[in-house]
Amino acid sequence: MIDSPYEHHDYDVLIIGAGGAGLRAAIEAKQRGLKVGIITKSLLGKAHTVMAEGGIAAAMGNVYEEDNWMVHFRDTMRGGKYLNNYRMAELHAKESPERVWDLEQWGALFDRTKNGKILQRDFGGHRFARLAHVGDRTGLELIRTLQQKVVSMDTDVFMECKVLKLVHDADGRMAGCVAYWRATGEFVTFAAKAVIVATGGVGKSWKFTSNSWEGTGDGHAMALWAGAKLIDMECIQFHPTGMVWPLSVRGLLVTEGVRGDGGVLRNSEGQRFMFNYVADMFRAETADSEEEADKWYDDHTAGRRPPELLPRDEVARAINTEVKAGRGTPHGGVYLDIASRRSAEFIRRRLPSMYHQFMELAGVDITRESMEIGPTCHYIMGGIQVEADTAATVVPGLFAAGEAAGGMHGANRLGGNSLSDLVVFGRRAGMGAADYVQAGDTATSFDLGEVEAAVRDALAPFERATGENPYTIQHDLQELMQTKVGIIRNGPELEEAKGQLDEFVERVKNIAVKGGRAYNPGWNLTTDLPAMLTVSRSTAIAASLRRESRGGHTREDFPQADPAFAKFNFALSSEGGNWDSPMVAVESALLALPEDLKALLEEAK
Amino acid sequence: MADVTMRIWRGDSSGGDFENYTVDLSEGEVVLDIIHRIQATEAPDLACRWNCKAGKCGSCSAEINGKPRLMCMTRMDQLPEGPVTVTPMKTFPIIRDLVTDVSFNYEMAKRVPALLPPPMPEGGYRMFQEDVERGQEFRKCIECFMCQDVCHVIRDHEENKQHFAGPRFFIRYAELEMHPLDQNDRRDLIREEMGLGYCNITKCCTEVCPEHIHITDNAIIPLKERVVDAHYDPVAWLGRKITRRTKRSAAEAAVQPAP
Repeated sequence: MIDSPYEHHDYDVLIIGAGGAGLRAAIEAKQRGLKVGIITKSLLGKAHTVMAEGGIAAAMGNVYEEDNWMVHFRDTMRGGKYLNNYRMAELHAKESPERVWDLEQWGALFDRTKNGKILQRDFGGHRFARLAHVGDRTGLELIRTLQQKVVSMDTDVFMECKVLKLVHDADGRMAGCVAYWRATGEFVTFAAKAVIVATGGVGKSWKFTSNSWEGTGDGHAMALWAGAKLIDMECIQFHPTGMVWPLSVRGLLVTEGVRGDGGVLRNSEGQRFMFNYVADMFRAETADSEEEADKWYDDHTAGRRPPELLPRDEVARAINTEVKAGRGTPHGGVYLDIASRRSAEFIRRRLPSMYHQFMELAGVDITRESMEIGPTCHYIMGGIQVEADTAATVVPGLFAAGEAAGGMHGANRLGGNSLSDLVVFGRRAGMGAADYVQAGDTATSFDLGEVEAAVRDALAPFERATGENPYTIQHDLQELMQTKVGIIRNGPELEEAKGQLDEFVERVKNIAVKGGRAYNPGWNLTTDLPAMLTVSRSTAIAASLRRESRGGHTREDFPQADPAFAKFNFALSSEGGNWDSPMVAVESALLALPEDLKALLEEAK
Repeated sequence: MADVTMRIWRGDSSGGDFENYTVDLSEGEVVLDIIHRIQATEAPDLACRWNCKAGKCGSCSAEINGKPRLMCMTRMDQLPEGPVTVTPMKTFPIIRDLVTDVSFNYEMAKRVPALLPPPMPEGGYRMFQEDVERGQEFRKCIECFMCQDVCHVIRDHEENKQHFAGPRFFIRYAELEMHPLDQNDRRDLIREEMGLGYCNITKCCTEVCPEHIHITDNAIIPLKERVVDAHYDPVAWLGRKITRRTKRSAAEAAVQPAP
């Protein structure tokens, strides 16, 4: 028995995060007959997964029979600029069709082909139409389906409960966590034989982001503090199409489905500029004229792919260059035009959320006018280093899945590969955790010293009569990350950023919180900031070390990819395990690709 | 742009009152932007619930000038001139300021017998677009719970919450009942325990739905017809007696599928 001074719960498997990965992990562990608890800092069903629009990538071959897992694997590795954990990319490509069919068995209603199969749409970097979807609200369908399944299995869900720190046993195994209830501010401890981190991304540390307030990297940071390693933290995806106006919605996502369904990018001179930005590695498969590109939408064998559907890193950099060259829109973006290319009826049916989003928030009718768009911080490829098959970290009993885990997407993620990542590796994390629990060598104690330290840190800001406003610190952090660790980076600015981030650590230690503990958003933000700083520091450190450009990491001082850097990930670990501890980076060699898989990539070249 | 006065209800379950905040507006701002600005400056402990700020998660429901709205989708420049009043949803207990305890909805969700499909054939189920579209309309629901908030059956009668699922769950039941793969039978449950009969079709729920789901016309009315047919139609009743003799009560008729 654990003698916790706070409300206490015991589980076999504890899952932190109730997005797609966390819920899918819960289903799997629950099906194994284990006692499963899920903790979420929001309400159930509100996780960032709902924001996914375009679809879930799975080589089912419903639209193009030629599609199969080998093509999907190859597309994913090429999109990731070969920095991927190949085994994750392989498992993902092989298993995602089964995972989509799971969803259908649990009630998901995907759009259909004429013969009643699941319809699949085109997306950037995917050779064939591969994304199962529901209009442009696929993420909502995914989370609602998983949520309803989890609820029907009578799983315990702790809503609006914010985890502060992971807790070990005396031998360094994972033993649970300490959290607080947002509604009351009271602390609560959870003991667990295995913990799965499925906390999503980190995008809230950037100024222009598609991420909600939740994207503060809690899981990345807590796993690092607990002894796990973070890889590829320099690889951040700036989605090419975020809204740029009005300012209040700047960064809000505009689905890639607009381009998949025929939308094109134009600069202020009306030029379809993407034809000027086709990198050598994609030249053979990309159209070189508008006529050829336009034929492709109806028949993929009649022409090569339009350049608007290059992987996201390529498109985002191109937009950035056009704007910097003075060919941007009045609000600093470029034009995304589907109005002149598809009927109003088609646009409203295929892109209903986009239609409403622009109509209601910007007063723009996308069936008649072009959208103004620009890159927005969207996704982190980097994350907690895991073993592909089991989702296990180096900390015994600690697992990670979804955006919080790293390796699957390499240096750049293809659209649609995120939702499939959630269900493929959410399930594998549930299996890995269940195997670990059932093997029996699990935590034997619960370090209450770690609990008390976390509680002390959390309450300290109430004891300062004067100090900094947490919102000001968050605002300044977002400015810093946007300007110096943004889409285009350089060595001197990264060095400056690292120095300034160290100053932020001191500022966070001087925050004064006003008000009480019950549902206090200022205090909640204060408890987010240590994680935000940890992930921001890790991105700045890794970005300064990777002296090349690759995927979601672009250095203007090293504009080319360097083959020497294609052999390893930068892996960061914490020296001390506290949020303000220093971090060290080492080169972690990529898994060697087996010959049969290497042949798949060779054929493609 | 001009200044605007925000009248925001602040308090908790023990009581509260309006506080006024004067803020200046920028072009295109929504109510949630203003709440955020107040948090970042004058009142860092002002409680409000939000996530996506894009009308997709349904977290930031509140009553703006007395009407349930998503704060993230309500443009300030489209509200009438004068002070803007923001209050928490009335139907649910207050936690703090604009945050309410919506656990009623999560309890109702637990009582929904899930989809019960036949085994999946090789290569996946076959369903046709026209058959899935009816359910897809209801699955657009973002669970903002504004339809529950505005429904007079529970807005003004706390005691009805025990036996009334509310519009959000009527569309959920309708979705399942119309699902091409479903083999479950929830009709008795809906009638006996979910209180479908309390709804007298005033369409308040349909009017507030931010997803423009035709809650009353496409879900509640067809559901009423289905449930009533099952119960009062003598032919249907006899048919059920013969074919479903094992199902004698609402709880037995609707089953929770094995995990």
